Amino acid sequence: MDILASLFNGILIALEPINLGLAIIGVIVGLFVGAMPGLGSVNGVAILLPFTFVIQGFTGGATSPMIFLASIYYGAMYGGAISSITLGIPGASTAVATTFDGRPLALAGKAHVALVAAALASFAGGTVSNVMFTAFAPLLATVALSFGDPEVFALMLLAFATFVGLGGDDIPKTIFSICIGLVLATVGFDVVSGEPRLIFFDITGFSHGIRFLVLAIGVYGIGEMLWTINTSRYGSSMSNVDVSARAVIDAIKQFRHAWRGTVIGSLLGFFVGILPAAGATPGSLMAYGVAKLTSRNPSEYGKGSIDGVAAPEAANNSASTGAMLPMMTLGIPGSPTTAVLLAGMVIWGLQPGPLLFTNQPDFVWPLIGSFYISNVIAVLINLAFIPVFLWMLRMPFTILAPLIFVLSLVGTYAAYQDMFDVWLMVFVGVGAFFLRLLDYPVAPAVLAIVLGPIAEPKLRQSLLFSDGDLMIFFNRPIAGPITVIAIVLILLPLFKLIRDKLRQTA
Amino acid sequence: MQNKPEEETMKSIKRLVFGAVGMVLAATSVSGIAVAGGHGWEPTKPIDFIIMAGKGGGADKMARLMQAIVEKENLASKPLVPTNKSGGSGAEALIAARDANDPDHTIMVTLNSFYTTPLRQPGLKIDSLSFAPVARMAEDTFLLWVHKDSGLKTFADFLAKAKADGNKWVMGGTGKNSEDNIITDFLNDNYGLSMKYIPYKGGGAVAKQVAGKQLNSSVNNPSEALGFYESGDMVPLVAFTKSRLPMFPNVPTLSEVFAGGKQISWSYFMQRSVVGAPGMSEKAQAYYTDLFAKVYSSADWQNYKSKKSLMGDLMSGDELKAYWADQIANHTKILKASGAIK
Amino acid sequence: MRRAEIVTAVILGILSIYLMWKSGEAPSWNPDIARFDNIWMIEGEGPGSGFWPFWLSAIMLICSIWIGVNWYRRTSPPSQSEEEFLDGYGRRMLFVVGGGLLGFLILIELAGFYGAILAFMIYYVRFLGRHSWWATLSIAIGLVVTSFFFFDIAMRIVLPKGFSEPLFIPLYDIFL
Repeated sequence: MDILASLFNGILIALEPINLGLAIIGVIVGLFVGAMPGLGSVNGVAILLPFTFVIQGFTGGATSPMIFLASIYYGAMYGGAISSITLGIPGASTAVATTFDGRPLALAGKAHVALVAAALASFAGGTVSNVMFTAFAPLLATVALSFGDPEVFALMLLAFATFVGLGGDDIPKTIFSICIGLVLATVGFDVVSGEPRLIFFDITGFSHGIRFLVLAIGVYGIGEMLWTINTSRYGSSMSNVDVSARAVIDAIKQFRHAWRGTVIGSLLGFFVGILPAAGATPGSLMAYGVAKLTSRNPSEYGKGSIDGVAAPEAANNSASTGAMLPMMTLGIPGSPTTAVLLAGMVIWGLQPGPLLFTNQPDFVWPLIGSFYISNVIAVLINLAFIPVFLWMLRMPFTILAPLIFVLSLVGTYAAYQDMFDVWLMVFVGVGAFFLRLLDYPVAPAVLAIVLGPIAEPKLRQSLLFSDGDLMIFFNRPIAGPITVIAIVLILLPLFKLIRDKLRQTA
Repeated sequence: MQNKPEEETMKSIKRLVFGAVGMVLAATSVSGIAVAGGHGWEPTKPIDFIIMAGKGGGADKMARLMQAIVEKENLASKPLVPTNKSGGSGAEALIAARDANDPDHTIMVTLNSFYTTPLRQPGLKIDSLSFAPVARMAEDTFLLWVHKDSGLKTFADFLAKAKADGNKWVMGGTGKNSEDNIITDFLNDNYGLSMKYIPYKGGGAVAKQVAGKQLNSSVNNPSEALGFYESGDMVPLVAFTKSRLPMFPNVPTLSEVFAGGKQISWSYFMQRSVVGAPGMSEKAQAYYTDLFAKVYSSADWQNYKSKKSLMGDLMSGDELKAYWADQIANHTKILKASGAIK
Repeated sequence: MRRAEIVTAVILGILSIYLMWKSGEAPSWNPDIARFDNIWMIEGEGPGSGFWPFWLSAIMLICSIWIGVNWYRRTSPPSQSEEEFLDGYGRRMLFVVGGGLLGFLILIELAGFYGAILAFMIYYVRFLGRHSWWATLSIAIGLVVTSFFFFDIAMRIVLPKGFSEPLFIPLYDIFL
């Protein structure tokens, strides 16, 4: 009862005109920033951080500035799906999995269905995680605390396992794709040895590593675009979408087909999100993988399944609320965005940590209240804007294509402010185009470059602990079961293959 | 904080409106925000503000606080635009600043990697002293932390336990050959310990591992461990400072404790300085020195400094350069002793 | 397509070998460490810094060989295809679009983003898309103006200006 009363109070404070106004502005800003390829919630939050100081001067407390930043975060999580679906370029790493099915749906002229599914799934994910956050925050903080290096590595292994089926039919090409992603993820500075690694031709640009967005925008922006131009030939418009409001309403009705993905995404996303170091991207990828794995007709995935859009979108929203938990209660950011939020909290004079909930209830509860409010605002605004986004798709292809090229280049620069990345992105894109022509699946490489930088240091840190003994992944109560499940899942396709071979010969 | 100049609030609101809705509308509105001049030199375009670390770390937090103060107090006529360049323990940032095509509009927030990275990667051909000294804003401090359940109360307890555990005693820190590693090596070498050192990406992650009992100890900055200190999970045993920290009056400095059969006078700090790109004009350097002196004396900065237990007074110009030269000599010695450089 | 398949497999194989060789590289400051010392499990420490990239590159090499075998046995679709890898249209497309992108990149280095965006949009929309000059210019200029306000002013992400920088100084004075 205590929690409910605090929450109710918090919601009332979040509904005060100034806070509500900030939340609405924040959501709109976030939506547009998130919809820009290259820019994600982290950019929106980082750039408006100094502005929150002014808000704080205005209102006095840390609550309003935090509500503002949190609503940008929310808006951007919704916005990320928009470029994934309409342009086929993931706006941020969290929205990669959304392209897998969102893009095919858009190409089939069902962009409105995908956009609506993404919005509603995001809403569901946000709501589920808000409820769990409210009810179990302090308890979950202890769970997060018990996750050491072996546990996180086991989890990354599980993320991979759920994705083994993602590649194409060509086994060596799929494995190649995964491995090259993992190798490229090691480029740059090695935390464990303190040495630079794989600095090709001593080019400084490689010292910060090959960034995820460079690969993702290259593959999906440039590579995919070249491929589309080559296969569709000039003149044809990308898709004939229906922009009317009726289409949106119709799409809302179709959302009931996506309940399974939404449920999986909401729950899984939250639990992955609360683990420090994991964050929303592995959460959304795992949700997609699990939804596909448990689906009755997995072959639909990748070809335009609504569940395939709903699962990652529910998960990334759910995870982004979840990621606030370690940030607030442990002072550890699970993602770059929460890192900036953390910096913000410190600047406003708060001390994140286990005592935040008891010492700063005036900050915590209105913030949690605002999660609920922002979520409602975000889904409404998103649905309202869908016709605008759809309208972009009706542009003649010879205008849309150069626009996507320009957005890819500018977006890459904007993300890291480094011209080297822009060059590399274009080269990656052209390379991906050639590989695509030869049926090399590229999605596993993109996935690998997200998980690799988490998995490898965790593996090595764990083995440092155990003096190189691999049993550390099996004999710990949490890591053990996860590792075993992951290994079984990884080997599953192999068993299937052998079984099929045996049947053929029999 | 309540009585802000109206003009400045207007500016902020306008910026927000620009950002959210009227990007094109902005073309028609004219804003003429005059900033009280008086300098010989003024920036003519946004200032490139390089952060030598990734997002969310101590250096990043401070840089963003500085930026926020500049913005809030309207100290500069053009905005500071922060960019994080953490690659190669700061090598990327150092190279970007060295090769800046407009040194008058390029400044950088540095930490100790400002000296250690050029020492460890001589191939970069970077001379730390070629950068223009602007201002040392603070020195961050280090303490030795353990979990409260370890039962350790004093540094002597710690030495006894760590010695008994040998390489089963695990110390965590931010990165290999980093500040944390230097302190760990120092303890190992001087007190006959053989603690194992595991590098992590950020100080927050290290503190969490100690609080979650995954690690035995750490040498976190106060700002990283404060949350767990307040909750009672983490206990500081000794401070690597010259005098006791006001925030931890009961924690002795290393120099004052007699433990393990000896008393060693040693302290170690993390500098937080703002530097200008090599080749910055004197006028621009004077402008930034003045700008950051204002930031330093602002209430927000002073407040942050005391809350996060930071030490070190403002230092600039030749004094700062001399301080760097001293630190470089010191680090050369430390790194040579630990075998990290030849 | 068949020839492209094997050529690509060979290139990727060479790339894998290069990556393996590069993974074994010793740190530049310490010439005492031999190449490939870091690719094994180091006693009491777990994998060295080159372990992960080296062995993954080795798997890549195996996969390239496997792809080659599939090519020889004609089991993968591209190795059976008699189609041209890139037909005349595809080659022309790659030349004009890829070339356009390359020009775009070079122009960014010289004239900055805004000049380059203007030129690229005119090139693509007018000369490849054959839209009217009116449409071309309104889109190109509209995009440049919008981007300037979005990035440089609202988001405070200062895009490189190259030699066009002096043109922007008065704009900064007005809007920042």
